[in-house]
Amino acid sequence: MDSVDLSTKEGEFLVLLGPSGCGKTTLLRMIAGLERPTAGEILIGGRVVNELAPRARKIAMVFQSYALYPHMSVYKNIAFPLKAQGVPKATIPQKVEWAASLFGIEKLLQRKPRQLSGGERQRVALARAVVREPSVFLLDEPLSNLDAKLRATARDELQQFQRRIGITTLYVTHDQIEAMGLGDRIAVMQGGKVRQIGTPSEVYDEPADTFVAGFLGSPPMNVVEAPDALIGFRPEHFLPREAHESPAGLTALPFRITRVEYLGADRLIYGVLEGKFQGAKVIARLPSTVMAPVEVGRRYEFAVKEKDLKFFATATGLRTPPRPL
Amino acid sequence: MATLEGDARAAAGARAGRLGFLLDRPEWLGPLMIGPAVLYIVLVVGLPFFLALYYSVSDITMGSRTLGFVGLKNFVSVVSTTKFQTSLKNTFVFAVVSQVLVMVFANVLALALLKDFRGKWLIRLLILLPWVAPISLGTIGWLWILDSIYSVINWTLQALGLISPDNWPMWLGIPHLAMGSVITVHVWRLLPLATVIILAGLTSIPQDIHDAAAVDGAGFWRHLFQVTLPLVRPIMLVAALFGLVFAFTDMIIIFVLTRGGPYDTTQVLASLAFFTGIQGGDLAEGAAVALFLFPLLLAVAVVFLRIARRTEVT
Repeated sequence: MDSVDLSTKEGEFLVLLGPSGCGKTTLLRMIAGLERPTAGEILIGGRVVNELAPRARKIAMVFQSYALYPHMSVYKNIAFPLKAQGVPKATIPQKVEWAASLFGIEKLLQRKPRQLSGGERQRVALARAVVREPSVFLLDEPLSNLDAKLRATARDELQQFQRRIGITTLYVTHDQIEAMGLGDRIAVMQGGKVRQIGTPSEVYDEPADTFVAGFLGSPPMNVVEAPDALIGFRPEHFLPREAHESPAGLTALPFRITRVEYLGADRLIYGVLEGKFQGAKVIARLPSTVMAPVEVGRRYEFAVKEKDLKFFATATGLRTPPRPL
Repeated sequence: MATLEGDARAAAGARAGRLGFLLDRPEWLGPLMIGPAVLYIVLVVGLPFFLALYYSVSDITMGSRTLGFVGLKNFVSVVSTTKFQTSLKNTFVFAVVSQVLVMVFANVLALALLKDFRGKWLIRLLILLPWVAPISLGTIGWLWILDSIYSVINWTLQALGLISPDNWPMWLGIPHLAMGSVITVHVWRLLPLATVIILAGLTSIPQDIHDAAAVDGAGFWRHLFQVTLPLVRPIMLVAALFGLVFAFTDMIIIFVLTRGGPYDTTQVLASLAFFTGIQGGDLAEGAAVALFLFPLLLAVAVVFLRIARRTEVT
């Protein structure tokens, strides 16, 4: 971790996004109090919590593995944090019922974790986290153990649930689709540093540096080298000239195609630029609505709108103001 | 000539091929692999066991050449003696008390050794030492430590002014002290194995579970008694089972330290069987004593393994 400066707004859904090993989980664990920062301060609700044990921080955490207590029933799992915090015995059953009903797992209360499916375990983990009504909700890749189909519905439920209870949520993931879909804001991390923080459209459309530009988007932003700068453009903005609605404000980039991938909704066109950026490998993403014929080995007139060109400094990779090409 | 050689090679190849074919089949390879172990158990454990069963219902003595069937006479005559009844009681005291102590200390030690600290490997080595040292050798060391004249404990206590020379405790000569000493040495002996087994169980608990308990607000005791210990319970039961069976059947420590004395106050069934059957020459009664606890131990083993399976966590 290296000089991370991050603050959340009340009730916000903030996603920490980055490749594995970028320090996002470490950051989350520091906030939870499971690891100690060597320097700096962590504040929750305006209070410095560096010296506080995890249990004194009023946080709840959902782990990637869910970390359910395997020897306890679902009911006991959910009741555990309540008992540990000395909630009066009489109110425990009704709180457990409430948390279980939030996630529709009332029928599973007597089961053991090993008798549950992946999706059910995830709900139990969420219920256990939410039952103590924490002031911050920490989620460490909670969807990564679900299969792809389940993940989409779980994402949807998670967001609805967060909106409903309005608890500030920190969500760690390496999956940019999750990050884009869930986050009010996204903090893109790399090498223990926060590279950019902003709304999904800010980090996607206006990346602060070449790392963010290359990390978000699939396929990522094309970055080609000009003599005095790096120039980036998204594959979906790189279209045949005739596919742009107006010929005004276009930068022409002649393109020789080496490979075409047909993906149904899109076609991915791999190739090399000719002319000014001779030899630069780039990718174009053509939606299925663009009917233009493309053939491997042939040269086409492709173009990008000038406003869709992003400029980065060659030495630092940081964003610089646009300039004429 | 060339064809002959070729034929021989082909034949060898076919033989190797056939053997290879057999080795590739699990239904052949399995029995082949387990065979030596089964043979070993049958010859070294099974044969003596059935021989003992047979002896216990016979009238065999050392040196006798005839072997008559006497039914349960040996058991009946042995059970009625006070010597046997004392030994039976001692066996339970010895096994249960030492096993309880072993489990408590082993848990404490294993929890301590789970944390990282400087010189951890040295401590681990020291704790494991009693287990790797030959048991009789270690016990002879204890014999000196507990000796009535040379006891280093007594000399130390006297030097510290805690006891005077005329009321030295006779560690192995007074009934309760003797039993205490024997149990202490047995705990010392069994602690390493139990510690290592429990340590293995503790290491297998995912760190996430501990983190979850910390975040969920569990303090030290709640964490220990509601999360950690229940999760190591299955493997702890295995350690307890081994220790208990070992304590019920082993006699080396008692043999070396007290030979069952004073006045049979540390006599256990295993040592009694040895003294009756081997030293006393009454093989039949010795066998009866040795086998007396077998049904109980079998039941203990079955119960423990059942519980262990039921509490299996993953």
